[in-house]
Amino acid sequence: MTHPNPDLECRDLTKDFDAFRAVDHISFDVPQGSFFSILGPSGCGKTTLLRMIAGFQSPTSGDLRIKGKSMIGVPPNKRPVSMVFQHLALFPTMNIGDNVGFGLRQRGVSKAEIKTRVEQVLERVGLPHVSERRVDQLSGGQKQRVAIARCMVLEPDVLLLDEPLGALDLKLREHMKIELKSLQHAFNTTFVYITHDQSEALVMSDNIAVMNNGRFEQIGSPHDVYHRPDTAFVAGFVGDANKIDAKVTDVNGAMLTLATDTGSEMKVEAAGTGLTVGQRAQVFLRPEAIALGVPDAGTEGGANISRGTVETVFFNGANSTVTVKDRAGHLVKVAMPQTGDFATLQRGDAISTRWHPKQARCYAVSGGA
Amino acid sequence: MGSDRSRLGFYLLLAPILLWLVVLIILPHIGLFLVSISEKIGPREYETGFDNYAAFFTEPLYWRTFARTAIMSIMATALTLILGFPIAYYIAKLTRGRTKTTLFLMCMIPFWVSELVRTFGWMILLRETGVISNVLQYLGLVNGPVEMLYNDAAIMVGLVYTSILFMVVPLVTTLDSLDDSLIEAGYDLGGTSTSIMREIVIPHAMPGIVSGCIVVFMLSLGNYLTPILLGGKDSLWFTGMIYTQFITRFNWELGSAFGFLLLALSSLVVFLGLKFSGQSLSETMGRP
Repeated sequence: MTHPNPDLECRDLTKDFDAFRAVDHISFDVPQGSFFSILGPSGCGKTTLLRMIAGFQSPTSGDLRIKGKSMIGVPPNKRPVSMVFQHLALFPTMNIGDNVGFGLRQRGVSKAEIKTRVEQVLERVGLPHVSERRVDQLSGGQKQRVAIARCMVLEPDVLLLDEPLGALDLKLREHMKIELKSLQHAFNTTFVYITHDQSEALVMSDNIAVMNNGRFEQIGSPHDVYHRPDTAFVAGFVGDANKIDAKVTDVNGAMLTLATDTGSEMKVEAAGTGLTVGQRAQVFLRPEAIALGVPDAGTEGGANISRGTVETVFFNGANSTVTVKDRAGHLVKVAMPQTGDFATLQRGDAISTRWHPKQARCYAVSGGA
Repeated sequence: MGSDRSRLGFYLLLAPILLWLVVLIILPHIGLFLVSISEKIGPREYETGFDNYAAFFTEPLYWRTFARTAIMSIMATALTLILGFPIAYYIAKLTRGRTKTTLFLMCMIPFWVSELVRTFGWMILLRETGVISNVLQYLGLVNGPVEMLYNDAAIMVGLVYTSILFMVVPLVTTLDSLDDSLIEAGYDLGGTSTSIMREIVIPHAMPGIVSGCIVVFMLSLGNYLTPILLGGKDSLWFTGMIYTQFITRFNWELGSAFGFLLLALSSLVVFLGLKFSGQSLSETMGRP
């Protein structure tokens, strides 16, 4: 994770609030022009981390560098970073032009130049000729773009975004995800984005850091974080997963055999887990990694096949899922194939599930409990 | 039928305020106006005319007192704003929870006693044999007793003191509603404390500033006790002059005319104040 010229470097950044450690020895680099997301549940310290980068809070220890210069002790109005606030914080007493021009006015740029630069940046975010309008005359998505324009007009080295899509409705949020990503491309500025919504992070980011309890659990590409989670927390937090508690009964190279408490057996292929026979483990299995099958169709004999009955069908368009109850009474969530094969599935139907040992992830339960 | 009933309810609810407006505000003012335009030409003989108003403009004492009252009230309002704004900003933005409540209550506590008692309190402090004079003598800073009462500065102190609460309350309310992230955004975009105060905080607080100023100005202009007690007989105040006409000289006609001139003055100043600050009356005073 070292890059020749990172825009933002954090080294052992720590922040304590009295006895509570909000951010715990965090180190990371964000290369120039990349989209970096910090993903974590609320209360994990991501907002504190972002506010330290912006300069509203000073770290207890550690170093923070932007373009190689240490930012420790530099007040927020002297840092080459800009922030898009959670509720955008557009100034309601000013019109759009004055909002976007605020930063330039502080720098003492001439009036004529402010006017042209404000028009230019508004055009780049796709909102030409709105300078004269009031903030409350814009829609949610337009305000979003104005907030970004207000930051980008200052040409910051790093743009910080504090869950700016949280207040939007679903349709607009989906749209803004794509738009944010393309804006980031167009401006070629480093974005640091914090969110608790994994789909926002997965869609937009070049790199994601998954944060929990003040620490980074994993830093990696969206693909890695989703398909190769380092820890049980990441596996459970990013994406949907069936979590199965089990005990290791056999280790054969990378192939583990585990038994659940209800007695069913499963095989998981996972190298380097360090698990030994008798240890307790958690298995994470994505709903889309499980295939549905018709029982008695000659699929016997393979690994991880079990029979069950359909418990519930959750219809949600392309994201429809089925919960299947196996013979031991265990519930498993399975993604509905979109081929139409199982479109008529109903509660109580007999069905079989099958998954490849490589598709599951397996982690030792910490504490050995 | 349902709409008839709800209409009846509406009028019943409206009745007290209509009654109050008509009986206590409009009727007395009509009466006062009729009195102010009657000229006494003999015992129990009156004529309609504007002589009383003319008397005001021809007698320098009257209109000078009038102008003096207006100017001092404006000054007292400005001073109250300058003193009240930092207090309100501190309470609204820099304190949290209990401290905030306590500070707010401490602003209110002096108002639990009557204005008369508060003004006497100032007299005890400021008079020749008062606390401040004695302390100065004890410290050896002055040789003899100092009289600090009965001048314009004493009036000003009294006016600011009696009305500062009415400035602080609306200011705290509007500043409270200013989202902290707006101030942070200002800093983030490179603003300094001064520019953020000027471009973000003050424009946001403008309705509170204007409504506070209107209330304080009206209170100062219509104040009777403070200027009379702290200003003594050399410091004339227009309300005192109205009192004299009604009570001492039994000249109700001139007194009524003065009353109407004071009403015109306060309306004019408030109108100009709103005009210059770009606010409207409903925006500033009509807010809950």
